Amino acid sequence: MEKRTIAAVLSFAIVAVFFFFSVFLIHPFGDLDQVQMDDHIITNTQNETGTNNGVTAVVFDYRGFDTLGEATILFSAVAGVIMIFRRVKE
Amino acid sequence: MTEMTKIVKTIANILFPFTVLFGLYVIAHGHLTPGGGFQGGAVVASGCALLLVAYSSGWVFERIKEKRLATFESIGAIGFITVALLGLMFSMVFFGNFLAGSNLLFGTTPATGSTLANFNTGGVLPLMNFAVGVKVIAGLFVIVLVMAYASSVRGWDQ
Repeated sequence: MEKRTIAAVLSFAIVAVFFFFSVFLIHPFGDLDQVQMDDHIITNTQNETGTNNGVTAVVFDYRGFDTLGEATILFSAVAGVIMIFRRVKE
Repeated sequence: MTEMTKIVKTIANILFPFTVLFGLYVIAHGHLTPGGGFQGGAVVASGCALLLVAYSSGWVFERIKEKRLATFESIGAIGFITVALLGLMFSMVFFGNFLAGSNLLFGTTPATGSTLANFNTGGVLPLMNFAVGVKVIAGLFVIVLVMAYASSVRGWDQ
């Protein structure tokens, strides 16, 4: 096998192992015992971020890195589309 | 893609301003009502896609170039990162909300509980909504525009 194939299979296996174990560590969906973060956000959103919209507060303030990742995805999508559909000089 | 009949163009002329206005409303009130920069930007970009369908993509491409739209997309991304870095500078946290509760721009803190919506709240959230809105408008529009124009021009890829 080529080195590239081995590297791809290895990296895929490592990521798959992380996903596999994270499935067992996640708490049950809708578990009423695990509401600390929900309560914190519901109680403190208006004091900490000064907005009435809790969803926007989570997306842009508490999880700003997530939105940064989304923006990066959009940026790379635009770059890819412009690169694929570029005009080729004759 | 050729341009469509006069009926479609007339309807597009009527609907386009309202679509753009609604999208800008969703972006501007992202910290008060459902939606935000991404959703409002998608609404505005769909209005621009309506222009692409009604008029031809060549008609739109003559008036606005994809490089200029890509520049706007980069401006939005840079603005978003800049606001995040200003948070790092003023409140020692990346993405820190340094304007909330400061009584400056968007600095009013609403009373706890269900209150009336006050536009002058939210700290950096309206600024980030605006930056992401510009980015999504330009990004989605340039994707649709480039793909439509490439599929309509004969010999684009030769």
